[in-house]
Amino acid sequence: MTTRIALLDAPAPPQPSAMDLDAIREAFAFFDAWEDKYRFIIDLGKELPDMDEAQKAPANLVRGCQSQVWLVVEMHNGAMRFAIDSDAHIVRGLIAIILAAFQDRPAAAIRAFNIEGLFAELDLLKHLSPVRGNGLRAMVGRIHQEAQRSAAAELAELRAQAGKGG
Amino acid sequence: MANHLDISGDFPLLARTVNDAPLTYLDNAATTQKPHAVIDAIRHYYEHYNANVHRAAHRLADEATAAMEAARTKVKDLLGAADSREIIFTRGTTESINLVAASLTERLKPGDEVLITEMEHHSNIVPWQMLCQRSGARLVAARVTVHGEIDLDDFHAKLSQRTKLVALAHVSNALGTLNPVEALIQAAHDRGALALIDGAQAVQHLDVDVRRLDCDFYAFSAHKTFGPTGIGALYGKAALLEEMPPYQGGGEMIEHVTIDTTTYNQLPYKFEAGTPNIAGAVGFGTAMDYLRQLPRPELRRREQALLHLALSRLKQIPGVRIIGDPQERSSIISFLIDGGHAHDFGTLLDQQGVAVRTGHHCAMPLMERLGVSGTIRASFALYNSEADVGRLIAGVEKAMEFV
Repeated sequence: MTTRIALLDAPAPPQPSAMDLDAIREAFAFFDAWEDKYRFIIDLGKELPDMDEAQKAPANLVRGCQSQVWLVVEMHNGAMRFAIDSDAHIVRGLIAIILAAFQDRPAAAIRAFNIEGLFAELDLLKHLSPVRGNGLRAMVGRIHQEAQRSAAAELAELRAQAGKGG
Repeated sequence: MANHLDISGDFPLLARTVNDAPLTYLDNAATTQKPHAVIDAIRHYYEHYNANVHRAAHRLADEATAAMEAARTKVKDLLGAADSREIIFTRGTTESINLVAASLTERLKPGDEVLITEMEHHSNIVPWQMLCQRSGARLVAARVTVHGEIDLDDFHAKLSQRTKLVALAHVSNALGTLNPVEALIQAAHDRGALALIDGAQAVQHLDVDVRRLDCDFYAFSAHKTFGPTGIGALYGKAALLEEMPPYQGGGEMIEHVTIDTTTYNQLPYKFEAGTPNIAGAVGFGTAMDYLRQLPRPELRRREQALLHLALSRLKQIPGVRIIGDPQERSSIISFLIDGGHAHDFGTLLDQQGVAVRTGHHCAMPLMERLGVSGTIRASFALYNSEADVGRLIAGVEKAMEFV
């Protein structure tokens, strides 16, 4: 599927309650019991901004086996702004963690970020495994794809500008 | 519970823990665990008589061939078939159905119909869709009622002179519905149609007798019946199998080959191209032995009692909704819980060591018919206990505190 990324010059509108990655890491370090961890993940999911119902269109669906995940991306001044949603609480929480790493970052930073490492550190790697079928792995794949596409577009633009200058 | 009915000690994997909790394995409709006897038989085969079958003139090959053919006889005996030639080894239920669909291609023509039901597993839908695309025949599905049973009026209305084949599940993998296959096979025959039964969810739980059922084909997998993965069987009436062309070409299935033409081997080898899954067959045969030596009537009564205990206790939890309410049910319960996605509860149950399946269970048309995107499915085997039911219920109640 090809998604068109909207390129906007205006700065990104502020993101409500975007979770700080360090705060997430810190919280996870305190959890001994799985109950605390999953309560926290579910709470993160509850704080995740809902996607506009209109955007929950089949075209924005990331195909996963079980829960549905929708993803929309816009470029704001070279940074990638994602809206991602799911119909499952735990997946929404995991989306919040992924967004803490990726939201409003330039494509190059997203591509460089070791998301598997983060999930391993948080002991959530099983949620990224191919067998989970919750769409999370497909979602990360899609984000990386978009980041690559955006980086390629940027490079092409730079080359065009350099060409004009010379 | 009488001690001799607790067979869980025969299954080494059941002793493990998951997420620091004792394993509660309720995903038996996906695959069952394996008893020591099966694991040991496979190991013994590789350690003592691994060889290719039906070919070499040496001792090991004789032993391997004898073991594989003995396994075929054991499968024949368990299904009540008349002749071992009627048992084709396949990779499993899916391949068994694909074999029939491929080999029946030339018998179907435009205007003919294949009748299935809305509750079929994808592996009893897609091969028929592909057959219909090849042959120009039409695929027709009998409706399923809100209770999760085949709508018998609709089935009979859709069964006609055009129907050349009826294919249906013995037990629904998603809901546990036990279908009245004997009557439906009879109805198919009355219209001159062949009948194939998908027995993937039935063989472990029911006494299957293919001659009493009078089905033309019966497909099942070893791995849902205490055997290894990667092997299963197709039963077919000998006269039909004789008429059908081979499914795949290769070694083993031939009698004589020239560059221009080939004469095929006799049954069952005509349908078994290439080196078969010999170790799998050995394990499969041992699983049949294991099943046959169990006090099956008592174990099945006990399994049925556990199923209904779980069902009634789930129904008592406010917010739990059982999906499907068939009069006859075998080994499977599908349900949903208010306030969360099936996937959420699957994850929270897993944290407590309770293994269930969540999702559409490879039965998307059925999910659509019932208006759900998926369910939580708990499925039982002969080794499950009352403690497993208790942990399922406690797990569900605890998971519900999270959402």
